[in-house]
Amino acid sequence: MSTGNGSEIGSTEFGSTMVEKILAAKAGKEKVVPGNLVNTKIDLALGNDITAPVAIKEFGRFEVDEVFDPEKIVLVPDHFTPNKDIASAEQALLIRNFAEKYKIKHYYEIGRMGIEHALLPEQGLIRPGEVIIGADSHTCTYGALGAFATGVGSTDLAAAMVIGEAWFKVPATMRFEYRGSLPEWVGGKDLILFTIGQIGVSGARYRAMEFAGTAISQLSMDGRLTMANMAIEAGGKCGYIQPDQVTFDYLKDRMTVPYEAVYSDQDALYEQVFEYDISRLEPQIAFPPSPDNVYPVSEAKGIDLQQVVIGSCTNGRIEDLRIAAAVIKKKKVHPGVRMLVIPATQQIYRQALEEGLLSIFVDAEAAVSTPTCGPCLGGHMGILARGEKALATTNRNFVGRMGHPESEVYLSGPAVAAASAVAGKIVHPEEVI
Amino acid sequence: MIFEGKAWVFGDNIDTDAIIAARYLSTSEPAELAKHLMEDIKPDFPGLVSPGDILVGGENFGCGSSREHAPLAIKGAGVSCVIARSFARIFYRNAINIGLPIMECHEDLAGIESGSDRLRVDLEQGTITQLQTGHVYKAEPFPPFMQEIINRGGLVEYVKARINPAG
Repeated sequence: MSTGNGSEIGSTEFGSTMVEKILAAKAGKEKVVPGNLVNTKIDLALGNDITAPVAIKEFGRFEVDEVFDPEKIVLVPDHFTPNKDIASAEQALLIRNFAEKYKIKHYYEIGRMGIEHALLPEQGLIRPGEVIIGADSHTCTYGALGAFATGVGSTDLAAAMVIGEAWFKVPATMRFEYRGSLPEWVGGKDLILFTIGQIGVSGARYRAMEFAGTAISQLSMDGRLTMANMAIEAGGKCGYIQPDQVTFDYLKDRMTVPYEAVYSDQDALYEQVFEYDISRLEPQIAFPPSPDNVYPVSEAKGIDLQQVVIGSCTNGRIEDLRIAAAVIKKKKVHPGVRMLVIPATQQIYRQALEEGLLSIFVDAEAAVSTPTCGPCLGGHMGILARGEKALATTNRNFVGRMGHPESEVYLSGPAVAAASAVAGKIVHPEEVI
Repeated sequence: MIFEGKAWVFGDNIDTDAIIAARYLSTSEPAELAKHLMEDIKPDFPGLVSPGDILVGGENFGCGSSREHAPLAIKGAGVSCVIARSFARIFYRNAINIGLPIMECHEDLAGIESGSDRLRVDLEQGTITQLQTGHVYKAEPFPPFMQEIINRGGLVEYVKARINPAG
């Protein structure tokens, strides 16, 4: 269902959304409206081992002696690491040397690092009300904490490292309200897959996506991060949830500096409002080759699998591992399936170890890996051969995403993924519990 | 800026994994990346595309990953310009930032024959002319701010001029 007051977009007669307020504040303006071009201060700029090398090359063209602020740049070698070959090792070396030369405070080496979008919130680097850019499309994850966060390219990162600013077109905002209580086995991944299935991969193109409603209030921070993470899969510029008690509890032990939460006004102007009653929602599956090719699990049953991946910036957090472990405990991975479990950060890895989750996975005959983006983007650690099918808790299932162009990737949350690893085919978790 | 070249037509939602697969991201050399341009969806494309050619996309061209390697691969193949009904926003930014000319055209481009039709693209006028038939499609001109980045050849030169106006 959709209602909207879109014809008024651009009017200054209304209140502002959270994103409009953040962009106005950081641009030093009283008020901005969708369509305005603004130049804003950047609170944090992020790069990884694929995008930062290009940014560093561009940075060199500015002929400056220092970065704008060594405490506001984050470099995380997470994609092709621990390095898969000589070329990727050279790229990691380039950013390691850059971090040392320019005294970048937040550089995370192997053994201390994690997948960037799980790592930064965990390390307390993301605060409500901030503007964060990252040379990685899933930078939108941080909207779960009430920040304006968006993906950019390497040249944008290079310029931001020099001047600490970036330009944006203020996006119109689409509001998504999820009514009802989350059914068993349904989480943030199912809500966001369902939403992308409804509006399509360009349904929120250039827009901000505001997630709200009773189901969102009930959702854990891990589930919220999963939702905001996949806003880009609908074409969104950002996805966000306004700060509430869940946010403040998450930040309590992580934050040493003050922050100011920002909220949408009651009379904020939304381009469109979508309302979904999710009390009967089934776990969702995105079929290849697109994240908007979404069906309930009951329509995906019986699809044979050769690989299951639990991990990534989307679903590699402790709650995901707990859900998967609860499903697979005292069971074995199907003999025809390789199951990979990749805790998203070193801290999550340790926590999973201490909670006994890793033993459950190892006993089930899953392979457990150190943090890496690895198979999610077809980088390494679980590449598919021609004709193979994988079910993954990752975010994209484009042609060739996890390996051979004739391999296929299905997307789901961790409960369905773990259950399907046991069954050797896509099943509802209740079928193996 | 005016470009003339052969058109290569692609569909809707061409993602950056399709433009350049992640397995080739251990380099950022445009010429090297160009050897694998569109490989997973059109394996013979690197051998077909010639310098000056024009890519024509549908809706949401360049969706997915933020990899700047995607417009770099296109630039490396010598493609003069990309036209699409719409672009995914990070690809759009990246193309402007690295000085790859792009243009949004909301008209139906389905009549353009891939691999045979020749087009003339006029960025200032915002027009696309099918040279065989003379048919003219109207496109969206850039806002002045973005036009200035393009005129300077990309974001680096634009920002350099801003931080050091005398330089």
